[in-house]
Amino acid sequence: MSTVESLDVGALLPSRQHTPDNAELFFYNAALWNAHRIHYDLPYATKEEGYDGLVIAGPMIGDWMTQVVDDWLQNQPEADTLMLAELDYSNRIAAFIGETLTSGGIVTEVTRSADADKIHIDLFVKNERDEIITPGKAVVLWSHGTVAK
Amino acid sequence: MTDTPAALLRAEDLAHIGKASQPQREIVNRRDIRKYAIATNQRQQRYINGDVAPPLFHVALFWPVVELDELTPDGVAIDRFVPTFPLTRAMAGGLHIEYHQPIKPGDELLAVRTLTNVYEKAGRSGALIFYEVVLAVTAASGVPVVTETTTRILR
Repeated sequence: MSTVESLDVGALLPSRQHTPDNAELFFYNAALWNAHRIHYDLPYATKEEGYDGLVIAGPMIGDWMTQVVDDWLQNQPEADTLMLAELDYSNRIAAFIGETLTSGGIVTEVTRSADADKIHIDLFVKNERDEIITPGKAVVLWSHGTVAK
Repeated sequence: MTDTPAALLRAEDLAHIGKASQPQREIVNRRDIRKYAIATNQRQQRYINGDVAPPLFHVALFWPVVELDELTPDGVAIDRFVPTFPLTRAMAGGLHIEYHQPIKPGDELLAVRTLTNVYEKAGRSGALIFYEVVLAVTAASGVPVVTETTTRILR
């Protein structure tokens, strides 16, 4: 049985907005060692590759989506028994410096078993036109004991 | 899309299935976690402090440290692991990640990439090639830490 309403089907995970600037995108690609010009060379991104601007890195958007689940888990009273077990995402539509992106999610299913329950979550990152640029899914394991943190 | 008999993929393309990389060994350090946490705008102090890594930190940890002369003019590293297929234009793919253990400073981790599948499907505007690469991150002891499956689509 769910003891906290916020873990039930239909529960919304808190949304968050991201408006990355050049410094943030630079830091991200530097942390990876990624020199792809579409992320910092505006003439290259627009003239050579035909993009509308400097492209926000796909896995960076994936990370923001992960934070929707992870921050939500940390704020649950049962945080010590909750673990992000699986994550799926796919970058479908490009996003550019100057855009504000919104991340969020919803609990779609809770499956019960003897050892652990599974909380299934649909995740998204949307652009300002309300298009889902990166859809995703997560499975959270709700252990009946304490999980490694 | 429907499955079709192999039309594009040749026997030599399918022969790459099962190909595995040499293990990449990395030692996790607090400074790298902190940089990653700040770059991704994390809100949890344990990530900012570098006490434990955020869930997608392995992406940065195992990004190849390429040398300048290994970059193509667009700044991308030449990927020698994935073979050249009959189609080359990459479309959006997807990732599936399974988490087993948290990553912390001092951890010694190994990553092996394996090409686990190559197949084709008929798309609306022609055939598409799909391939899957599994990045298996384990502790030095062999205990699984993170398993990431990337599916890429070529048109």
